[in-house]
Order: sequence, then structure tokens, then C-alpha cells
Amino acid sequence: MQEELKYIPFDKEMKKTYKILVPDMLPMHFDLITKMLGSYGYDMEVLTNHSPTVAETGLKYVHNDTCYPAILVIGQFIEALESGKYDPRKTALIYFQTGGGCRASNYIFLLRKALEKAGYSYVPVISLSLNGLEKHPGFTLSVGQIVRLFYCIFYGDLIMSLKNQVAPYEINEGDAEKLALAITADLGEKVSKMGLSFSQVKKNCRKIIKKFKEIPVSERRAVKVGVVGEIYVKFSSLGNNGLEKFLLKEGAEPVVPGLLDFFLYTVHAKITDYRLFGLNKKLYPLFVVLYKFLLNRQKQFIALTKNDGRFDSPTSFDKITELIGGYINTGVKMGEGWLLTAEMLELKERGVKNIVCAQPFGCLPNHICGKGMMKPLKDKNPDMNIVAVDYDAGATKVNQENRIKLMLSCARENLEKEEREVAL
Amino acid sequence: MDSYSLGIDIGSTTAKVVLRKGEKTEFEKYERHNSAVREKTAELLNEVLKRFGDIEVRCAISGSAGLGLSEETGISFTQEVYAEGEVVKRKEPDASCVIELGGEDAKIIFYGGGTDERMNGSCAGGTGAFIDQMATLLDVSVDKLDEMSLKAEKLYPIASRCGVFAKTDVQPLLNQGARKEDVAASIYKAVVNQTIAGLARGKKIEGKVLFLGGPLFYLKGLRASFKETLALSDENAVFPDYGRFAVALGASYFAEKTAEPTLLSKLTEKIRNAKPIKISAEIRPLFESEEEYEEFKARHLKDSVKIGELKGYKGKIYIGVDCGSTTTKLAVISEDKELLYSYYGSNRGNPLEIVKSRLLDIYGALSPEAEVGGSAVTGYGEELIKNAFRVDEGVVETIAHYTAAKFFRPEVDFILDIGGQDIKCFKIKNGAIDGIMLNEACSSGCGSFLETFARALGYEIADFAKLGLFAKHPVNLGSRCTVFMNSSVKQAQKDGASVEDISAGLSSSVVKNAIYKVIRANSASELGKNVVVQGGTFYNDAVLRAFERELGFDVIRPDIAGLMGAYGAALYAMKVEKSDLMGREELENFTHTAKSVLCNGCQNHCHLTVNSFGNGKSYISGNYCEKPVAQNGGFDRLPDLYDEKRKFLTGLKRSFCQDKNYKIGIPLCLGNYELLPLWFSLFDRLGFDLSVSPISDRKIYERGQFTIPSDTACYPAKIMHGHVLKLIDEGCDGIFYPCLPYNVDDKGSDNHYNCPVVAYYSELLAGNVEELSKVDFLYPYLNINDKKQLKKEIYSLFGNKFSIPKQTVDTAVDHAFEKYDEYREFVRKKGEESLSYARKNHLKVLILAGRPYHIDNEICHNIDKLARSLGFVVVSEDSVYHLARKKDIGVKVLNQWTYHSRLYKAAQFAVENDDVELCQLVSFGCGVDAITTDEVRRILETGGKLYTQLKIDEITNLGSVKIRLRSLIGALKERENKR
Repeated sequence: MQEELKYIPFDKEMKKTYKILVPDMLPMHFDLITKMLGSYGYDMEVLTNHSPTVAETGLKYVHNDTCYPAILVIGQFIEALESGKYDPRKTALIYFQTGGGCRASNYIFLLRKALEKAGYSYVPVISLSLNGLEKHPGFTLSVGQIVRLFYCIFYGDLIMSLKNQVAPYEINEGDAEKLALAITADLGEKVSKMGLSFSQVKKNCRKIIKKFKEIPVSERRAVKVGVVGEIYVKFSSLGNNGLEKFLLKEGAEPVVPGLLDFFLYTVHAKITDYRLFGLNKKLYPLFVVLYKFLLNRQKQFIALTKNDGRFDSPTSFDKITELIGGYINTGVKMGEGWLLTAEMLELKERGVKNIVCAQPFGCLPNHICGKGMMKPLKDKNPDMNIVAVDYDAGATKVNQENRIKLMLSCARENLEKEEREVAL
Repeated sequence: MDSYSLGIDIGSTTAKVVLRKGEKTEFEKYERHNSAVREKTAELLNEVLKRFGDIEVRCAISGSAGLGLSEETGISFTQEVYAEGEVVKRKEPDASCVIELGGEDAKIIFYGGGTDERMNGSCAGGTGAFIDQMATLLDVSVDKLDEMSLKAEKLYPIASRCGVFAKTDVQPLLNQGARKEDVAASIYKAVVNQTIAGLARGKKIEGKVLFLGGPLFYLKGLRASFKETLALSDENAVFPDYGRFAVALGASYFAEKTAEPTLLSKLTEKIRNAKPIKISAEIRPLFESEEEYEEFKARHLKDSVKIGELKGYKGKIYIGVDCGSTTTKLAVISEDKELLYSYYGSNRGNPLEIVKSRLLDIYGALSPEAEVGGSAVTGYGEELIKNAFRVDEGVVETIAHYTAAKFFRPEVDFILDIGGQDIKCFKIKNGAIDGIMLNEACSSGCGSFLETFARALGYEIADFAKLGLFAKHPVNLGSRCTVFMNSSVKQAQKDGASVEDISAGLSSSVVKNAIYKVIRANSASELGKNVVVQGGTFYNDAVLRAFERELGFDVIRPDIAGLMGAYGAALYAMKVEKSDLMGREELENFTHTAKSVLCNGCQNHCHLTVNSFGNGKSYISGNYCEKPVAQNGGFDRLPDLYDEKRKFLTGLKRSFCQDKNYKIGIPLCLGNYELLPLWFSLFDRLGFDLSVSPISDRKIYERGQFTIPSDTACYPAKIMHGHVLKLIDEGCDGIFYPCLPYNVDDKGSDNHYNCPVVAYYSELLAGNVEELSKVDFLYPYLNINDKKQLKKEIYSLFGNKFSIPKQTVDTAVDHAFEKYDEYREFVRKKGEESLSYARKNHLKVLILAGRPYHIDNEICHNIDKLARSLGFVVVSEDSVYHLARKKDIGVKVLNQWTYHSRLYKAAQFAVENDDVELCQLVSFGCGVDAITTDEVRRILETGGKLYTQLKIDEITNLGSVKIRLRSLIGALKERENKR
């Protein structure tokens, strides 16, 4: 049936003249990646349109019961094509596809359907996927590029984490944000020129940590709030109505687990498929190698912040897989799957007991791994303070913020209590 | 000396103020703010100022609509649930739980072992606004509703999750003549269930419970219902005097701790002068000028019917009745199609009385030279009215509307009807109905929504709509369902939008909902060139204008937009040769009583309403099957695959001896609905004792209702909680529902997944159903496509523990697969038999295309029986999908779920056969179906077939399903006639 799915491949000619549009999810990560690929000849641009009409446009072209991320991404793409800023005949779109039993695997198809309806059926859509579902001769990544791509994710995760750990305490407002942007811009240019050695990455990371340490900060204590959820609404400020900013404005410190874990999770799922169901017999050893490689790098990377001592550092992935015991099986691998539950436990391990669990309204895997795990999480960890927030084209900011404020009120009270106890 | 502290609570509908000195409340007052948040609050403060002078106060704001005001004025803000918590800590330190219902929020706080505070999710009814809506529906005041509820004799099941759903349950009850007292009490029960199920989510509510908030302060019936359901003693159910003001009181406590003293006059000034910081997204004004509006009005005036005089008319008259869900309409026309008489009014829960008095009215005006030439009735109440008054013809709504629209514009190619409860759209091609789209239960941005909203803001609908015409900055309120729109309005209020702007915004929302959600159009051109709009809602010029704006071209609105159904029925009645309508005398003596009884025809025990008419005749409604009304039945003998499958699965008998003293329970739910033969024979062969849960009923759902953590999951999943609990009750030692991310591989699709819910629901059950810890809950991860792997897994699960040799396991697995294959073969064979039966007898075949678990009577609400009663031979998707000739359908989406890929093939099969139609059953909340519905529709429509979707949930209203199926039949007949 696959061959009936006609799609326009992104060919080598297109690479020379086309602009590739990237939906907006993680500004710093995506900025790094597009700059890196840019130096290999890809003309890429991350979309920044956040106007309320994005969702409106999405609703016009996608079934309204489809998940919110699909509505936003497709809306953002079509709006960009209609904006007049780009020549639709010289534009391609790129989207990352996870694959698996979640309906998110259908985004690419829904996007193509929507393009057809909107009269842009000629616009090529590049699907970037671990499963390598489609062929695009003009968009092939070399091993070097893939490794660099992962490095960009390392950098992005680090910058995001440090920025959030400094911003709530900075004395001169905006310092952390400014520094993050400056580092991103600088690194983006350099990544492609640097060698592939990981020691170079580590050196850069140490420099980044040093720079963030130099920002003057106050002594105040802030409530730490973890953010977990469906990958798009967790990360994208378009998807979560500026959740990170809102938390910062409320004086809280947002703790957002990084993107790397999600990649490790995807690889891990392949291994689990073999372990539980005897699938992937051929590729299994390859995934094990990839997993071990990434895990090893992650551990070295974590050690950097840990050894420095100033900043809080994430938990390594293998540890996370252990935390989940007694809650949910790692066989749950659709959408964010078990990782969603695990991230909440990981946050708790790190002392972050207040959590926003962000999900698109009606998200299927979230019934199981998000809302479905609240009771066991709370039963075993009564001090956890979790709020589940639904994001949707029809849901309003005031409702969402009101619920988050409730969580914050409890968080502040708990913090005060702790402080009193410490004082005694 | 204590200083004054002031708490302000601005909720979705009211503003409340509390002034306190020490523990003594000096002043408290609340008022509806009708969206004018700043003005109302300032007014309230002014009153305080007058009474107490310009005192110094510490002040804090709380409440969902207070958030904005706090940001604008810099007055400190405290979250309302948190504020309430403070009050309870001071006043009732030994309370274990607080339940608060507000205008649009429901909250619960648990104490002990860490405070746990919860609010309703984004999609939840069961609040004050919900009760208001229901009172409107019953056409009584809220006080009256409360009074009536105390006189209830019986309770009906009413969906509680969402106001729109509940309405769908309540409306037919009223139409069928159920006692309002019983309905009122049932509504309360629904609110209580919603609060417990939606908020407590499995956590037990016990000990001393405090009830707060307006509705729980005023409504005695609601209080009683809570007390009874939670089985609370008098001491443990506390309804304090400050119940309404708890949040404001809490805010005052918060103020005491955090706010600086300020002069009251200054504070009032600050609030009055507060400038909204931001405005929600705006849309273009509907009209820029008066002239534009006049021009618009003049253009639409052209589409008018000729009006005649009934008095003194000579000749035949034709009567059309449209008995809708909320309103009843009548039209009388002359032989020249002049409108001689019309009526449009709310049916106030008793359409029979209305029709009777109107008919008498008509007879009274008739001259001796005039006579009734024919009569026809259409709409929800069609059968009831037809039976009561011997109306000559019953017309399907779609045909009635098309007939009327054709009168105004013979070349009409698209009709949009927005009524009180329904949105209906018909596409016309080659003079026949080509496509029908009706709104789902959960998207009714319809007339009654606008009306309820207007009333909530203190306006009559007509005035409210007018306000919007010249609004300068209409707000964009989104286009999702009613509940979501409510919260968008809240946001707009917070941002300081005026009533005018909200009114215009709501009109646009109704229109967008219809176009993008119901019609699913991408562009105006998709609708057609000659669009006729009708239905009462289009009398509203703001809605009409918004619709033309959205489409970008002019449409036709007949001046009798609200009467089109009745007018069409009257036109239809012109076909009648001799009328048998009840005459004047008989009509005068006509009496009617409704009695509700429980049918004992089968285990369904439907709530029937028996309408007895004075002449000894009666009409029964509320039935799912033809049994209680057998005289017009006879279709019970038609083949029905749903029935066949149910019989097969519930009739499984064990054939090996039981040698193990261990009982395994298999819940008959989700994936097990197909795999039961596999697991049953496996455990049978292995010698275990076995128990399979029965086909669901409402009771099973209710048994597990309170352990459901995610309200918006599909009903087939939620019902599973009850099944496992039932199996535990039956003394099972183990319960088996494996996790199967990969379903059976039917071959020919991109992959063969289960959806996340079917695949992993056991994980959720294990975490949320505490009773499961009493048994072995077995939910291994299995691969059912690899026998070897499966044998290994089954052996590791049961081999050692029960000393079963590996070889026995191997044989058992092989045996199980044989049995499973036999079952699949049985289904296919029955499918083929049904088809040849239909062909022999010239009957239409209907594929009720869903998923295996949709055959459960409680899940599909016996839609199969209903379809059968309409003369269809019913087959299931899995019984015919193998017959599609074209193997490569060219599915345009990722075809990766086993169950869903059968839908595409079944649709292809329908396309290939003239006598086969397909109806897709969609469970509310099924995310995957957001993808499949569009694709199935595409396959059918490309193949020249009609697409019908039946969305089902816990709601049991078959009225709208019936209309859809009858519309399908009507459209098919028309198409045949054209050929």
C-alpha cells in the first residue's frame, strides 16, 4: 500500500534552490541544528509565527479532534506558505516523525492531506525518522552530520537547563536569556567546523557552564517546577501558551528534562521490542550499540555539571529505567510512553516535587502514562504536587494558568514549611 | 486592634465581597457581574465605602475572572482553591474533605497525609452553569428545579461528564414524556456522579465533608443527593453558612497576611479605572456601518414566501408539523403554496399538548369550504405525533428540509440548518441528497447554546444578538465545543471584552463550528454555489452575517428560516390523496398520559415510556428493539452479525477438564472481544477454572466508575473498570488482560498496532483499581503473531507456578490458535451468508463498521437492532472486509492499526457493491478515529457512497442515531428514484 502514498521526494536539485521550513518546538536546539545543517548547504528556517491564527488555520485543514500539536504544526506550515514571505514553489517542509502506535505517526500524512486541500500538493515534505520510512535523495545525512546533530541536542539541553537554573535568580533581568541566545548563535556557526571528538564538546560545555556561573545572582529561594508531557506541548511555547515564561514570571524555576532522553527512549523502545516480542532481530545489535554509545556520552555529559558542582544535573537514562519499576512497564512505548511517568519520578529524585504534566487534550498515550499514573505516583509519594494541564485550540490560558497557580500555591507553602523546619 | 481585611472573589458569573475584622464578618455580598467585572466590583466596594466610611483595608482578589483584575491593579491574588483551603483550616480543622461547586468550576480538597487539591479538567460539566442550562431545558427556574427534584420517584441514567452530553440524554426523556420531577433528580445525581468520578478519581470521600459554593448553598435537592450518594451522616455532611463566600473569606485571610493597608476609596478607584492589559484575539466587526446593515437586510427580505389568510380560505389546506428537540413548528399552506398559518414555539417538554392546541386553532379558523388535503410530520417527535393524531405521512427531516429549500432555490446545492440542538447539512447533487452531515453530541454550538449564554449574561437572545451587530472589537472565542467556548468567554471577560464584543464573537464561533467541525470544509467553494441556510438560529442576523463573512459570498435565508421543516412537510403533504388526520371533535376529546415502565422483554430492561391516548391507543418509546412494539416489527429475524458474534462469544463452553484450583477471569472488553476464543481455549486446555465477564450494562460501568482517572478516555475502556471489579467479586484468583502493542497481523497494512488504550489499559487498571491488589492481575506483554514466542511467554508465566510441562503449554497454544481461527472463519462465513440472504430477499446491507468491542450492547446501545428494525441486514466490518475485490485501496494515511485497517477495506467493499452501505461507529474520545473518519469518508465519497458516522459514548439517546439512519435510507431512496 505504501507505493500508493505518493509523495514528492526532496531531490538534489531542490537542495540547491529550496528553502526548508522547520516547525518551531525548541528554539535553541532547532536554531543550532539548522545553523549546523546550513553550513552543509541546506537553507533552513525555523518558523516563529505564534499568532492565534496558527491554530485557526490548522483547524481549517485538519480534523478538529486530531491532537493539538498536529493542528499547530500544520497550521504554522500552511500559514507560512500563505504569508507571501516564501515562494511556495521553492519551499520544502521538514518534520520529525517518531513512528509507533501513537497517532502522532500520522502527522506527515495529515500534513500532506492538508497541503493537498490547501492547494500546495507540490510542496515536498521531508520526514526525518529513525525508522527511515521514506527516501529523499536531496536530504541525506552523513554519519558526521548525525553525530553533530546529537551534539547540538547535547548543547541545546545544557543551555536550556542552565538558563532555567539562572534566570529566576539573576540580578539583572534578562541576563540568562541573553547569554543563552549569544551562545546558541556562536555555537551554531562553529559546530560544523569542529571535529567530531567528544572532548571538544566537553570543552565547550565547560565553557558554557563557566559563562552561566558568571551571571550575578541573588540568594532568594524559588519553587522548582518540573515540566513533563507530550513532547510538543512540553517544549513548544506555542503549544503550551508560554509555560516556561509563565513559570519564570511567577518566580518559579522551571525544570525541563531534555530532548536527549526522548531519543534514548526511542532507541530503547527498539531494544524492548526485541526483548518482549522478539522483533527487530536483525537490527537489534545495532540499536544496542547506539544505545550504549548515547548513554555513555550522556553520562560523561552529566558528569560535567555534576563535577562543577554549581548546577543541578539530570539523571542518566539507565537510572531512569530503574526508577520506573513498580509503576509501569518499559513496554509502554507509544507516544512518550513510560518515559513520561519516569520523568516525573526522576524529577522527584532530584528534589523537584512540583510538576506540570502538559498534554494535548485527548492524548491517548497520556491516558495511560500521564493521568493513569497520577494515583500510583501520589500513593507512593504523597509529597508530590502534580497538576495535569490540557492544551487545545479551545482551551483557554486563564483556565490553564488558574490550575497551575493552584499547584504553585501549594508548592510555595511546602517550601515555606521546609524552610521553617530547616530554621528549627 | 484588628484591622479590616477585604476579600474579593470574582468567579465566572458572580462577584463576591467579604469584609472582616478579626474573626467577625462585618459585610458580605454577592452579585452577578454579567461580564462587567470591573464595574460590578467597584459598585460592591462602593457599598462598603458607604457603610463603613473610608477605612483602611488589606485587600486580596481571588477567582478565575479575578486574575486579570489583579494583574491590572496590582492587588494581590490568591488562587481560589487555595484560599478556600485556608478557610477550612481555620474553621473546620477536622474536615477530611471539601467539595465546592462554583459557576463553572468544580473543586475538591482532601486533607490528611498531605493536602491534595483538585479542579475539574477542561472538559467537565456538573457545575452551577450546567444546572442553569438544565433548568432552561426543563423550562423552569433553578429554584423550581430544586423543588421538583425532592419529589422524584425514580432516577434515569444521565451522562454526567459534559453538559452537552447530558442534554442529549435529557431531551429525549422530556420528549418521551418522562416526569420532570424524576428528570430533575436525575440531573442532580449526574452532577454528584461527575464530581465523585471526575475529581475524586478513586480516592475515597469519607469522614467530615464540607460543602461550599453557591449551588451547594441554595440547592437542597443537590445537597441531599450528595449526602445520600456519599452515605454521609448528618454530622459529617457540613453545609456552612459561609459556603457561598468561602473563597472571598479565604482571600481576606490571605490579605491579612500579605497585603499593605490601603484606603478603601483608593482601592475602589483603582478597580474602577483598571484598564484591561490585553485583548483576546480580535476578528473583524460584523458591520462597519448602519447602511451596510440596511443593505444586508434588504437583500435577505427578497427570499420571502407569500402569505395568505387562513380565515375565509376556500379549498384544500396542507398541514406540516416539525416536532424538534426543543421547539415545535407548524405550517399550513394553500393549494398555491401560500403560507396560511404558522406556529413556532418551545415545546416545553410536552409537544403533544402544543400540537393538539395548534391543530384546534387551525380547525377553528377553517371555513366550511376548506378541508385538510394532507398532513405530514417530521423531526424528533415524528412517530409520537404521527401515532397520536393519525398524521398522514412521516417525513425524514432531511427530505422535509430539502423539499422546502428547493422551493426557494430550485438549484440549491447545499443546505445548512442550525436549530436549537442540531446542526444539519445536506449536499445536493443531481437533484438528490449526496451527503449528510450532522453535528455530534459534543460539538453543538447551536441555537440553544447562544440562548443559554444570553440568559447567563442577563439578556434575551434577540437583544443579545443585536448587541453584536455593531461591536467594534469582536473577540475570537474559538470553535470547539460549548464547554470550551464557555471558558473562552471567561478569558475574554478577564481581558475586559464588552458584552457586544462577546456577542459578536459567539456568533462567529457558532458559524466556525458548523463549517469546520461539522461540515469539515476547507474552503467556501466546497460547499457549493447555491447555499440555503435555515433553522431558527439564522433569524439571528449576526450569525447570518458571520456565516456569509466566513464563506465570502452571499447565501439565501428564507424569511421562514425557522419553519422550513414544517413548510417542507406541508409541501410533502401535498402528495397525500386522502387525509386521515384526526378531526376536530376527536381532537377536543384527546387526552394523553405518559407512564414510564421497565421493559422485561430481555435483559436490557429498557426504560420505556408508554404514552396512552384517550382513545385507547398507545405509543411506546424508549425501546431499543422491536419486542415491546412487535406489531410493526418482524425484522427481528433479519441476519445481524453483531448478534451472531455476541452469541458465539457468550456461548463458549469449555471442553477440557479442569484440574487446577485456580480461577482465571477474562474481562470481556476491548481487545478481548476478539481474542476471547484464543485466551478461553488456552486456559481451558491448561485446565484452569474460568470466568468470563458478561456483556456490559450500565451497572457494570457504574460499578467501576469511581476508579477512572482519565475522564476523556473512550467508553469501551472506561467500562473495563467495572468488568475487572465484577470478576474480583466472583472470586477469581487471577485476572487476565495482556498488554498487546501489536495486534493480530491481518496482512496488507503498513503495520498492525493496537491503539495505545487497547494496548496498555491494564497498566492503568493496575495503578488505579485498588481491589486488583487482592488478586493476581496478569498483564504480560505478549506477541500474538509469533507462536513460538508466545509459547515461551505463556510457559514462563504458568509453567513453573502450576507445574505445567512445556509440551502441554505448546499444545494448548496451538489449540487456542485453532479455536481463534475457527472464530474468525465463523465470522467471515456468517458475513457471506448474510450477504446472500440480503440479495435473495432484496434487502439493503449495512456494515456497522467499528471495532470488535463495539458489539457490546452497552457500548453500541443496540444500534444493530435499531438498524435491523429499519430493514437493514447488519454485518460487521470484520465479517466482510476480506471480500473487497480491490486489494490496494490507496489509503492516504498511515495504515498501521489492525482494527482500523479493516475499516478501510470494509469501506472499499461497500464502494464495490450497490446494495451495501456503511455506517461508521465512533467512540467518543477515540483519537485514532480523528484520522480514520476522514479517510473512511474519503474512500466512500470517492466511490460515490454516502458516509454516515454514528458517534457513541455513555449517552443512550437513540433518537439522533435513528434520524441519521433514516436520513440515509431517505437519501438512498431519492437516489434510486433519480435513476
